Amino acid sequence: MPRRTMVEAIRDAMDVCMARDDNVVVFGEDVGYFGGVFRCTQGLQQKYGSSRCFDAPISESGIVGAAVGMAAYGLRPCVEIQFADYMYPAYDQIVSEAARLRYRSAGGFTAPMVVRMPTGGGIFGGQTHSQSPEALFTHVSGLKTVVPSNPYDAKGLLIAAIEDNDPVIFLEPKRLYNGPFDGHHDRPVTPWSRHPQGEVPDGHYTVPLGKAVVRREGTAVTVLAYGTMVFVAEAAAQETGIDAEIIDLRTLVPYDLDLIVASVKKTGRCVVVHEATLTSGFGAELSALVQENCFHHIEAPIVRVAGWDTPYPHAQEWDYFPGPARVGRALKAVMEA
Amino acid sequence: MSEPGPLSFHVPAPAVRPGGTPDFSDVPISRAGEVRRPPVDCAPADIRDLAFSIIRVLDRNSNAVGPWAGLLSDAELLEGLRHMMTLRAFDARMQMAQRQGKTSFYMQHLGEEAVSCAFRKALEPGDMNFPTYRQAGLLIAGGYPMRDMMNQIYSNELDPLKGRQLPVMYSSKEHGFFSISGNLATQYIQAVGWAMASAMKRDTRIAAGWIGDGSTAESDFHAALVFASTYKAPVVLNIVNNQWAISTFQGIARGGSGTFAARGLGFGIPALRVDGNDYPAVHAVARWAVERARRNLGPTLVEYVTYRVGAHSTSDDPSAYRPKTESDAWPLGDPVLRLKTHLIQRGAWSEDRHKQAEAEILSEVIAVQKEAESHGTLHTGPHPSARDMFEGVFEHMPPHLRRQRQQGGV
Repeated sequence: MPRRTMVEAIRDAMDVCMARDDNVVVFGEDVGYFGGVFRCTQGLQQKYGSSRCFDAPISESGIVGAAVGMAAYGLRPCVEIQFADYMYPAYDQIVSEAARLRYRSAGGFTAPMVVRMPTGGGIFGGQTHSQSPEALFTHVSGLKTVVPSNPYDAKGLLIAAIEDNDPVIFLEPKRLYNGPFDGHHDRPVTPWSRHPQGEVPDGHYTVPLGKAVVRREGTAVTVLAYGTMVFVAEAAAQETGIDAEIIDLRTLVPYDLDLIVASVKKTGRCVVVHEATLTSGFGAELSALVQENCFHHIEAPIVRVAGWDTPYPHAQEWDYFPGPARVGRALKAVMEA
Repeated sequence: MSEPGPLSFHVPAPAVRPGGTPDFSDVPISRAGEVRRPPVDCAPADIRDLAFSIIRVLDRNSNAVGPWAGLLSDAELLEGLRHMMTLRAFDARMQMAQRQGKTSFYMQHLGEEAVSCAFRKALEPGDMNFPTYRQAGLLIAGGYPMRDMMNQIYSNELDPLKGRQLPVMYSSKEHGFFSISGNLATQYIQAVGWAMASAMKRDTRIAAGWIGDGSTAESDFHAALVFASTYKAPVVLNIVNNQWAISTFQGIARGGSGTFAARGLGFGIPALRVDGNDYPAVHAVARWAVERARRNLGPTLVEYVTYRVGAHSTSDDPSAYRPKTESDAWPLGDPVLRLKTHLIQRGAWSEDRHKQAEAEILSEVIAVQKEAESHGTLHTGPHPSARDMFEGVFEHMPPHLRRQRQQGGV
């Protein structure tokens, strides 16, 4: 089985889709000739020509707005926003346009498009290269929001997203591009080439949108996580010795309620973790869903572990990032409650 | 030079407010026929002056004069007159229907009918408009059924948009009319994206974007000009300068630039200004810009100089911010009256035939209105079902929406 980094897996997903469907086009800032600042589109312009993969002006609303027009025409644009932190100028085009087009035109026009953006911290990116804005998308009706945690899923989910007939926000945890990261920033990175989830088949396959997966089976407590926090949670479980069942949501909306409910009913406890700020974060939605659907099975209050409600700092990155120590404390607290 | 004193803050204001006497004497108006008609493949740098003049065909004596005249036959001009009269009658009936409580909201075109009606006739089937809320002439002149427009305005059981959209936010792919957002300026860059796609696919269809003078201040306007210019997109970028953005006069959006058309110059986009109340002039300029796009010569920016005679919408009262007599003082006149007089001058029309046509059109509009109302109004229903509210958010309804629909008991 070929091994790929998450960057290579994402590139391969676009390559597969562009080869299969002439309507798939890729563009964004630095995306064409250079292949993207994270190299996710490297080689695509050479392979498919500059009318299928090209550089865009530094205008996020222009990139997404043009993509909406292209999608209305009949293309399947897969555009890159260089960092999720740069998404805000495009927010109107995402929220008021891409997400609503099918509904407001009663299906006359649709927006089958993907907006890829690197998300999350862990790279000393400061406040403008580290944010996790997923809740700004999950709150919007008409959008699907995906956060892969490994190369295999990233490729399969991205192909599924490009082939989906509705707009998909595809958030790529940039700290995972080159290898899994469990929050121990002082330890060397294990490359994906030495990790089983770095095994990425050639050719076409999909990981369905809306389906979560159990990353670690356990009996004591359910941990709901996505992206980088899946590995942080695994480290916390290992270091505390608590037999946690770790669920990787993969798709935030539509969410996989059945898997969440089945796990929490089994374990009777739940910890929700994400990098994004706590207040009104997606974890609040997850906590409410667990409470609404599993109340009579819960033996302890649900605990959330999240980024603090501050801007993402620079020097204090590891005080901010919800690493394995904080998740471990939450696991112990929920077990002792 | 003396020492600088404290700074002062500048807020532009219109020359006249309610109670004052309207005065447009300082608005430079080109003489009909005086602006040249360059070849469509001219270099943008060679026609920079056209961003500051006004292309006009119908002169004060209602003659069609100059290099932009003579493109339309009597029959085509009569059809154009009929489209504008139909739009005006449609507006009057729908404005009244809103006042009667049959719907929540309406936006009329009074004074601006020529812009969208004449532009539509320059397009080919398959071309796509990305309109604002004041281009229903694209639908009327494109043969879209008035019944469907009214069903949408009434949100009734036959509303093609299933009760989901504010009145007048029409959508029809078949008629080259992109879904109206209601968020301003978003459609401008989308038009460019659609045009880019057409070029990428080596198609022959072109796009037209629409925006008002006020919304040119939005960042999406500038994004559209950058993208259109960079990729030479086959798109006509229309600015309808009707002088007023709700209560805000055009000087607030325009800033220090002489005209809105001049915004195109910095992007190397050919920019033309045209008399928006002059049906043959609008059509001739539209044809010119459409031909440029079709010949792969890239985008054109067109400013239609017109005047919003009516209120912004049924929720607006212009007497609070501009003189009531301002529309009478507007120097470019009324588009219906001007074309009517021109056709009479040509011997192709008469006062009697005009009166007869008015009566015919009104009775046709009333008949369609009765039929639409037989399928419900917003006030009385029937409406699209509450169950339908949950459909079409996604191609396939996800589980959480299905659960919510169950909770809603529909």
